[in-house]
Amino acid sequence: MSVNVISKRENSPGYTPVGEPVGIQWLLTGIALLFVGVFLILPLVAIFGQAFAKGTAFYMAAISQPDTLAAIRLTLLTAFIAVPLNMVFGLAAAWAVARFDFRGKNFLITLIDIPFAISPVVSGLMYVLLFGRQSWLGPWLASVDLKIIFAVPGIVLATVLVTFPFIARELIPLMQAQGSEEEEAALVLGANGRQTFWRVTLPNIKWGLLYGVILCNARAMGEFGAVSVVSGHIRGLTNTIPLQVEILYNEYNFTAAFAVASLLALLALVTLAVKSAVEWKSVHLKQETGEIKNGNCNSECK
Amino acid sequence: MSKKIIFGVLLVVLSVVVILPLVSAEQAITLLNVSYDPTRELYQEFNAAFIKYWKGKTGQAVTIQQSHGGAAKQARAVIDGLEADVVTLALAYDIDEIATYKLLPADWQKRLANNSSPYTSTIVFLVRKGNPKKIKDWNDLVKPGISVITPNPKTSGGARWNYLAAWGYALKHNGNSQAKAKEFVTKLFKNVPVLDSGARGSTVTFVERGLGDVLLAWENEAFLAINELGKDKFEIVIPSLSILAEPPVTIVDKVVEKRGTRKIAEAYLQYLYTAEGQEIAAKHYYRPRLKAVAAKYAKQFPKVNLITIDEVFGGWQKAQQTHFSDGGTFDQIYQPQ
Repeated sequence: MSVNVISKRENSPGYTPVGEPVGIQWLLTGIALLFVGVFLILPLVAIFGQAFAKGTAFYMAAISQPDTLAAIRLTLLTAFIAVPLNMVFGLAAAWAVARFDFRGKNFLITLIDIPFAISPVVSGLMYVLLFGRQSWLGPWLASVDLKIIFAVPGIVLATVLVTFPFIARELIPLMQAQGSEEEEAALVLGANGRQTFWRVTLPNIKWGLLYGVILCNARAMGEFGAVSVVSGHIRGLTNTIPLQVEILYNEYNFTAAFAVASLLALLALVTLAVKSAVEWKSVHLKQETGEIKNGNCNSECK
Repeated sequence: MSKKIIFGVLLVVLSVVVILPLVSAEQAITLLNVSYDPTRELYQEFNAAFIKYWKGKTGQAVTIQQSHGGAAKQARAVIDGLEADVVTLALAYDIDEIATYKLLPADWQKRLANNSSPYTSTIVFLVRKGNPKKIKDWNDLVKPGISVITPNPKTSGGARWNYLAAWGYALKHNGNSQAKAKEFVTKLFKNVPVLDSGARGSTVTFVERGLGDVLLAWENEAFLAINELGKDKFEIVIPSLSILAEPPVTIVDKVVEKRGTRKIAEAYLQYLYTAEGQEIAAKHYYRPRLKAVAAKYAKQFPKVNLITIDEVFGGWQKAQQTHFSDGGTFDQIYQPQ
C-alpha cells in the first residue's frame, strides 16, 4: 500500500518535496515521462491503431466471430470462478497470518508467494503431471470420465494457481498494520465472531480487498503461459482471449488479432481507472470519516 | 443492500454459468482433429466440406474441432490426455510415439492407403523478393553472413524434415560421409538466429518480423505466405534436392472407442482420399495423391528432385533415434547463441 502513503502525503497541505534543484526535478520528470510514453503509451496507441486499421465494421466483425466470442466467454467464466475463490482464500490466509502467531507462519507466507516465484509454464506443467493421462491420477479420471486438463476445469485451476497470491499479498500488510484492537473491543462488547467479521474487520479492509480483487481479475483474464500449457488449443472450446490473439496473429489475421488484443488492453485500462478511483476514494474516506468510523458503523456494513 | 442477498445472487449466477455449458455440450456429435501447425487453413475448409457431406449422407449434424501446434507438442498433448478422435500430424514418428502409450495400434500406418498419408509435401526455401543474397541451394545456407529461419526440430515436424533434407543433400555431395554431413548441418545451424516451436511461428518470424534471409518451409506454407502477404515481397526457391514429406493421419482408437465416434472418424479420414478432399488439399498447396487431381494441379507444383526418409535414413524410428532424441546429433550440433 505504499502508493497510498505517497498520495496521502501529497494531498496533505504544506507538503513540499525534498529540495533538489529545479533542473534535476525537470530532468527526472522528463525522463520518467519519456519512458512512460515510449514503453507504455506508444504500444497502446499502436494496438488500437492496428485494431481499427480496417475500420469499425471490420473491428466489430473480428470480435463477434464465433471462436472469438467463445474465447471471451471462457475468459469471463474463468475469472468469475478464480477471483471469488482467491478472495475467500486470500481473506482466510491474511486473517491467519495477521491475527495469529503460530509455528511455520513464515513458511506459510513463503508458500503463498510461490506462484509469483515460479514460471507460469511450470505451473501449467504441474497440472499436466498431476492430471494428465500418464499421471497416477490419469486412469481414475478416465474411468469416471472427468476431464481436467485440456478442458475448462484445467484452465480454471491454472488461473487460480497463478493469481492466488494477489489478494492475500494485498491484505496481509494492511491487516498487520491495523492490528487487532478493534476486533478485540468488539468481542469484549459482546459481538460474536460473525458480527465482528462483517461489522469490524471487513469494513476496515474493504478497500485493500477491492484493490486486490482488481489486480487478481486483471491477471486472471490476461494469463497466457500456464493456460497455454493446459488448454489443448481447441478452437471455440478451450481458447481464452490471450490464446485466441496468438492464433489469429499466426493465421495472418493481424488486424483481427489486434482487435481482440485491444479488448484486453481496454480491460487493462478499465482496471486502472477503477483502481485509481478506489485509491482516491479510500484516501478521501479515511480523511473524512477517520474519527467517526471507530465504533460507528457506516451504512455500507449493515 | 444486504451482503447476503448479493452473495446469494452471485452464487446462483455462478453455478448456472458453470453448469449450463457442461450439460449442453454433450448433445451434438463432435470430432476433435489434433493437427500440426500449417494445416489450419486446409482443415478449416475441409471440415466445412465434410460436415456438408456427412449431413447429406446420414442426415447427422457434426461439429469438428481443430487444434494446431508443433507436431511433437501436439502428440505430447494427446498422450497427456487431449481427447483427439483423429490426429493429422507432420510425420509418422509423432504418431508412433502416441502408439507407444497404447492409444492406437503400432501398425497404424498400414490402415490407410499411401502410408496413411493422403497428401504429400516437401521442403522449399522462401527468400525475399529479388533474392538479394542469391540463395539457390543448400550449400548457400552455410555461407557466413546468411541468416536462416527454421523451427525447432525438437517440437516441430516441419523442422525435422528441414534438417533431414539438409543432411541428405550433404550426404549426396560428400560421398555419403556422415561426418561431413554432420559438419555441414552444424554450419547451417550456426546461421540460425532463433528457433520457433512450430512452422507457423517461424513463418511469422520471417515474413512479419522481417528476420532472416531465407526461411526453410513446407511448400504449402511458402505458397500460403506468398498468397497472404503479397507476391511482391517474397519468392520461392526450389533447391536441387529436397525430401518427400508424408504427413500421416490416423484415428486414436482409445478415444473413438470411449466416445463412440469410430465410424464418423473413419469416414472423416476416408473423405481426405476422395476427389473432393484431394481437391481441397491441392488448393492449399498440399500435393494430392489421386492421379486425376494431381494432373489438374500439376502446373502449380514445381518439379523437385526428392529423396525419401526410408532410403536415406532407414525410416522415422531410426532417424529420430539418431538425430532428434536426447543426446542425438541435433543436441550435439546446436548451441543457442
